Amino acid sequence: MFSKGTKRKFSDGGEELPEEGLPGSNEELSSVSYSLQRQSLLDMSLIKLQLCHMLVEPNLCRSVLIANTVRQIQEEMTHDGSWQAATMMEAFAAASAAGSGAAGPPERLVATEVLCRPGREMNGSPTAEPKLFSVMGYEECREEEVVAVEEDSICSEAASNVCLSGSMGHCWERGMLRGERELDSRLGAPDEDVDVEEEDEEEEDDNELEGCREEGEAKAMRQVFGTFEIKNSHPGPESALEELFSDVDASYYDLDTMLTGMQAAPKIGPYDLLDSLSQSHTPSSLSSASNCRSDLNELDHIMEIIVGS
Amino acid sequence: MFVIPMKVSCQTVGADIISTVEFNYTGDLLATGDKGGRVVIFQREQESKNRPLSRGEYNVYSTFQSHEPEFDYLKSLEIEEKINKIRWLPQQNAAHFLLSTNDKTIKLWKISERDKRAEGYNLKDEDGRLRDPFRITSLRVPVLMPMDLMVEASPRRIFANAHTYHINSISVNSDHETYLSADDLRINLWHLEITDRSFNIVDIKPANMEELTEVITAAECHPHQCNVFVYSSSKGTIRLCDMRAGALCDRHSKFFEEPEDPSSRSFFSEIISSISDVKFSHSGRYMMTRDYLSVKVWDLNMENRPVETYQVHEYLRSKLCSLYENDCIFDKFECCWNGSDSAIMTGSYNNFFRMFDRNTRRDITLEASRENSKPRAILKPRKVCTGGKRKKDEISVDSLDFNKKILHTAWHPKENVIAVAATNNLYIFQDKIN
Repeated sequence: MFSKGTKRKFSDGGEELPEEGLPGSNEELSSVSYSLQRQSLLDMSLIKLQLCHMLVEPNLCRSVLIANTVRQIQEEMTHDGSWQAATMMEAFAAASAAGSGAAGPPERLVATEVLCRPGREMNGSPTAEPKLFSVMGYEECREEEVVAVEEDSICSEAASNVCLSGSMGHCWERGMLRGERELDSRLGAPDEDVDVEEEDEEEEDDNELEGCREEGEAKAMRQVFGTFEIKNSHPGPESALEELFSDVDASYYDLDTMLTGMQAAPKIGPYDLLDSLSQSHTPSSLSSASNCRSDLNELDHIMEIIVGS
Repeated sequence: MFVIPMKVSCQTVGADIISTVEFNYTGDLLATGDKGGRVVIFQREQESKNRPLSRGEYNVYSTFQSHEPEFDYLKSLEIEEKINKIRWLPQQNAAHFLLSTNDKTIKLWKISERDKRAEGYNLKDEDGRLRDPFRITSLRVPVLMPMDLMVEASPRRIFANAHTYHINSISVNSDHETYLSADDLRINLWHLEITDRSFNIVDIKPANMEELTEVITAAECHPHQCNVFVYSSSKGTIRLCDMRAGALCDRHSKFFEEPEDPSSRSFFSEIISSISDVKFSHSGRYMMTRDYLSVKVWDLNMENRPVETYQVHEYLRSKLCSLYENDCIFDKFECCWNGSDSAIMTGSYNNFFRMFDRNTRRDITLEASRENSKPRAILKPRKVCTGGKRKKDEISVDSLDFNKKILHTAWHPKENVIAVAATNNLYIFQDKIN
């Protein structure tokens, strides 16, 4: 709760301080507190939008006003360049943390979904590309899954439709490319130093992500949904699966069917994959067939990556 | 300036929150709608020698269930039965007609009195049981006998399935044949006799819903010119449209917007500029708009700024962030004119309501609460302390109860009688002179 409304232009920052009685450099501190207030307002707004009343249709006027407010904040944050500063700082922190071996706060794209209900007034299918803060969530509120994976994971099959992010089109593309690169490199060379790779690629990512505004939303999502994070963004579950399977032996499918007795569906969704992988891990279901050994090793490796040690 | 009102009556209408209040054209009837879909109509007592003090009291005249909760199976959503608006039709015969609407459906109700009943039927008993035809030996003419007054309400028209979004306004046209209904994105024109068709006259829905940034918040027909209506938006603008210009009035005839004051710009500027109510003056020359912190009076001939601005609760400007957090910033306050257009009234928090005299520029804050006033007590003006030392009888901003909000008020069309809805209570105040 704040005693003052948030001012958009911070030209009169000095005047605001005496009430708070902050010592030190007035301008610096007041700009920090303004950023914090603004960030907090953004978080609050995103939470408001995400909480749909499950029984009654949400108030369209209220949703539109909140959405416009979020847009304003995003625009200002981009304009200020504070968005860029925030992402770079995070990356730096993450890089140093990764270098020390700890799994620090990662600098990565956070994708999560708005959990809502499908409605009649859907204009087209759920878009794969997030747009400048959209109204998609207003009337229909679609149900889209959130997948939690470890930060070290490369298998980010989470449906990555970020309803509430800024103009993320170009960011998504870059993220996808980066994801592919990492995926290929990880699967092809499991012995490489993963941490070093992460670090290098993270620094590259920062530059690519300069224009992205997702940091604020990332924090908001974290608050709302917990730490649901994916290392890389992906445009959709299917292409991620394809990448995942591209280096995997086709005999995997047979193994899977044999081990789990699953009815083989033509398409395996992300959850089926995880289920089957975890099932294949249980000792009781291990077959003694020798040709499964190598597959199991590979499965082990993949499983490790997905679930984390 | 009118005299400080004296409270005449306070009625607890029901368990549900009152969602709309409206006097009819003569002021003899006062209708309230509530969140439970009920309509309660009060009637003013006539002067009588036996009870001279009863003049001006409003007593319950009729109660009926207007709307029921519905379920939209396609969307898996409930449709609330809450009555959003009631509008009376001008009286043309002994019966009274009103329009009531919830989010999706508008209904025309006929309220009629029955104070006689026929007695002496040939084919049935007084109980209503059919008589054996063979027993009937003579014929008689039924006679009308007086009975206790019974007020019946019956739905005469149901105007449904015309609105995809939530209806926020209905307004009867001056031709008394048509009316408009407005939802968040569209305005439809109806004929009172025709329920299966309506004309869409305004549509601001963008082709791509993701580009939506503005919604319709209120609409009203001009009191005299049946071709003119206005609608307000969430961006603080008002558009006046002329139906003669075209079938679809997407292009306005006049556009009213006050330029923003750059020094007070904040992230909440747009939200607090959103207009929650628009009302034409009785004369038809002015209109009044209510946004979150103020009431503005506009001259229809001047589009670039209002002619008068009244601050309702400016002390809330520094609390906007908190009010945003608890959603109070989205409260939709209504406003109303008095019969002569010399005064305006609107509600606030803590069960306060404000009245402004346009001629003297004086204003007053009053409170609608049981605790502070006994029946027939004279209301004491209230004051909110904005800073510094709080005087006696003043209330500080932080002590205001934001759950007690007065969103709906109505002013008698001819006299200084006002109706104020505070949650589920209806307060009726009257000038002391009476």
